[in-house]
Amino acid sequence: MITVNHYLLLSAILFAIGTFGVLTRKNAIVIFMCIEVMLNSVNLTFIALSRHVGNMDGQIFVFFVMTVAAAEAAVGLALMIAFFRNKESIDTDDFNMLKW
Amino acid sequence: MEVILFYLTASVAVISAIFVTQCRNPVNSALNLITTFLCLAVFYIMLESPFMAAIQIMVYAGAIMVLIVFVIMLLNLGLAVKERYTHGMAGAGVLAALVLFVSAYFLGAGEATGTGGSVTSEVIASYGHTELIGRAMFVDFLLPFEIASILLLVAIVGAVILSKREV
Repeated sequence: MITVNHYLLLSAILFAIGTFGVLTRKNAIVIFMCIEVMLNSVNLTFIALSRHVGNMDGQIFVFFVMTVAAAEAAVGLALMIAFFRNKESIDTDDFNMLKW
Repeated sequence: MEVILFYLTASVAVISAIFVTQCRNPVNSALNLITTFLCLAVFYIMLESPFMAAIQIMVYAGAIMVLIVFVIMLLNLGLAVKERYTHGMAGAGVLAALVLFVSAYFLGAGEATGTGGSVTSEVIASYGHTELIGRAMFVDFLLPFEIASILLLVAIVGAVILSKREV
């Protein structure tokens, strides 16, 4: 029998993997994809607990998380293109234009 | 049967998530990320939320991943160089393990409480999941829904401005 704890533990594992990727990778697009893994693990938590509690509100939250992720993808990828045009790289080590 | 499906899908999701963080080619990371999204859609169906599974596949695996793959193609990145082992990587590993340990500790320490809401399996079977979602979204959450539409409009305008050569 699969309980809600199984889903919560799985989403904790996915969140930890996403955290590790964000902290270790240097390619900005890969970091972005690891953030998507973290967002999706939180979505899984929301839906599992929403079904456990018997309430629709968690699933509406997932809908809004997806909206914010779409907006983040549009703006973040446009930022990466603008940065690549200036520096010919999207390595996070080169992101130092705000330093002085 | 359900248990076997859960563990099979969970192992595929975890392994492909690990590959997302470790692949040297960003395109391979993107393909592994799509696999993770599909596994999560399977979980949503197992949790009796077919509408969220459809949204997951259409919006995440469809729209957002197309955007990411398109940008990878546009930037024409090569393979990442093999990263040297640093203390920063060890620290990141410790931090991620700490996140996992703390959440597993809290999961093991107690049970999820608060059962007994109005949306049970019978209600979902009789009304349909999409109708319940629509009722909640357009009655209880109408204002956040409108604000989300404004947010998307602002994001579109911001993306256009950022991508222009001369502002």
